[in-house]
Amino acid sequence: MSAPLLEFDGVGLSFGGLRAIQDLDLRVDEGEIVSLIGPNGAGKTTVFNLITGLYVPGAGDIRLGGESIAGLAPHTIARRGVARTFQTLRVFLNMSVEENVMAATYGNTSSSMLQSVLRTPAMRREERGVRELARETLGFFGDRLVGYRLAQPAFSLSYANRRRLEIARAMASQPRLLLLDEPAAGMNPKETGEITKLTARLRDDGGYTILVIEHDMHVVEGISDRVVALDHGEKVAEGSFEHVATHPAVVEAYLGKGTARQESR
Amino acid sequence: MARIGVDEWVAESDQRTEGYRGRASPLVAAWDRVPPAARILLLAVGLAVFPLTTGSDFVLRVGINTLLLAILALGLNVVVGWAGLLDLGYIAFYGFGAYTYALLSSEQLGIHLPTPLAVLIVLVACALLGLLLGLPSRRLLGDYLAIVTLFFGQIFVELVVNLDAVTGGPSGIAGVDPFVLLGFEFLTPRDYYYLTAGAAVIVTLVLYLIGESRTGRAWRAVREDPLAAEMMTMPVNLLKLKAFALGSAIAGLAGSIFAAVQIGVFPRNFETPFLILIYAAVILGGAGSLAGAILGAVVVSVSLELLRDADQATVLFYGLLLAGLLARVRPWRKLAAVLGGTIALGLALHAIAAAVWPEAVAGTPQATGALGDALDAWLVLPEGATTAGNIGFVVLVAAIILFTQVRERTRTLLLVPVIYLAAFVWEARLVQEPSVTRQLLLGALLVVVMISRPRGLLGSERKEIV
Repeated sequence: MSAPLLEFDGVGLSFGGLRAIQDLDLRVDEGEIVSLIGPNGAGKTTVFNLITGLYVPGAGDIRLGGESIAGLAPHTIARRGVARTFQTLRVFLNMSVEENVMAATYGNTSSSMLQSVLRTPAMRREERGVRELARETLGFFGDRLVGYRLAQPAFSLSYANRRRLEIARAMASQPRLLLLDEPAAGMNPKETGEITKLTARLRDDGGYTILVIEHDMHVVEGISDRVVALDHGEKVAEGSFEHVATHPAVVEAYLGKGTARQESR
Repeated sequence: MARIGVDEWVAESDQRTEGYRGRASPLVAAWDRVPPAARILLLAVGLAVFPLTTGSDFVLRVGINTLLLAILALGLNVVVGWAGLLDLGYIAFYGFGAYTYALLSSEQLGIHLPTPLAVLIVLVACALLGLLLGLPSRRLLGDYLAIVTLFFGQIFVELVVNLDAVTGGPSGIAGVDPFVLLGFEFLTPRDYYYLTAGAAVIVTLVLYLIGESRTGRAWRAVREDPLAAEMMTMPVNLLKLKAFALGSAIAGLAGSIFAAVQIGVFPRNFETPFLILIYAAVILGGAGSLAGAILGAVVVSVSLELLRDADQATVLFYGLLLAGLLARVRPWRKLAAVLGGTIALGLALHAIAAAVWPEAVAGTPQATGALGDALDAWLVLPEGATTAGNIGFVVLVAAIILFTQVRERTRTLLLVPVIYLAAFVWEARLVQEPSVTRQLLLGALLVVVMISRPRGLLGSERKEIV
């Protein structure tokens, strides 16, 4: 059996006395959509920050495609094929929509400043490729981010379109693993439905493996192959949506002690 | 496509109101339609033609200084406008470049390198010094970076003043060799004008190409959100170092030319006031815009030059006053009333003063010709009114503060005496001391531009919050 795309092996992380993540094992296989759920403060975003290299694990190891990525610089990890979106949108506000996406190809291109000044054939070919990739990626979202929007500054986009732009930007960095941090947050019901379909399309058409943090249980139910529930930095349940959603430890984490028994009455 | 969902409507509404706003917008919009290659050609042709309009060495020297400021502004724009690093030590790279060139091409160390080699060494040395400053600073953000780099600039001047053996101390290095390129020796201001113009065009072209490249995009991404940039495969620290190095090398180029033009380098050339001018040029033009940096340098340099001469300064002062009234006071009825009221007030006061106390009108305004005569008949101005001018200045500042606080009606009424008082203070005090006045007026100009166009003359509109 081949190595999983992403593997957490007994990962631990502490901030001073606070143990944010404890002895966490996690695996995401190629082509899977895995949801990470849990109440606020459970450590979901911390897991993302560990994967992307923002935090270095204090214990255990994190492997991408079988190779350890613990301790690598974030941009190196990104270049190895991990891209993410942010819970609080972080698009490059004062850059055009197209530039936002083109910027994310930096790590996968190589023209030097000198080549850019001399406009060498290799540089021009690369630049054409980057522009095509950007248009293609933005085209993934229908006509929402193309046409006149390409040249518009990102700050002029609506909230939902900024979320789409952020996903497009992540796609342009050509990842194998896509981390989506609450893609449906702040979306209206219609847009939330779109996110569900979009996530499936990202896997089926885009070929990405997806780890997603989501609070909206309809979305989680709609997209997940597997669900992992965290509480206080520990994995409390894992499996199908039905299994996890009815798991006593998960119900307890969300609703408090003592409610689990009444629920499963 | 169906227009369902609020976000689509909001986006379209934004789109409709987006874009060009304000009085100067048609000009900016027209400029934006000019293709980049044509812009650079326009710059080159304009710079080439300019000397044909004048035979005066003085004008050419102003041209050289303006172009040097433009090159510096372009270099600073890489660091501040693109990479978003608030580097207050930038002036040190200009000085370092100038001193390095001077040391390699004078009797100070007895070295006389060929110009291309000397300039190449300067560029590399400045880039390395940029890296050196960048290394400890790359993890510093915003204010912290500003303070560290500001000290760096100060240390440079201190070192230069105190390392007498090498730098010549406060008296600097004199007798720097002229540029010699391909056997041509640059001697006259005209030679140096063309040299500097050529350098400015090349720097603009190079920066344009880099700005449009993956590196330029990555710099802007780092400016917008370093964390997101890092997550999107961009090595943020390395990119910051690259910006420092490129900006410094450009400053070094300007420094070498400056040393040759001035035939010497002195510590006083590289102090903080000049740094402020470079920043003024970048911000006035619009940070992030190459054309803006050049335009900003031209505006700053030319207005400082005009303000050097009392006559021109006076024309500029009354011109700006009038232009301000024309632009801001509406409706036309009110404008006519304010202008008429100001003239009538002056003539009346002048007539009364002349009848009651003739000494009060004994002074003569600085301006000559028709403007001077008109002012003489309008303004109550005693001979040598230094004290009265000083008091007037304080009252004027108080009146302007009051002016901004009162209601619209009162403001219109207050406008007439305030203008009259401003004219009095100008004639009695400000025009007598051009060196102070030109800083004041440049400051006022900056304030006015930044209020009416916060993005700078050619900058694009910016949003800092989501």
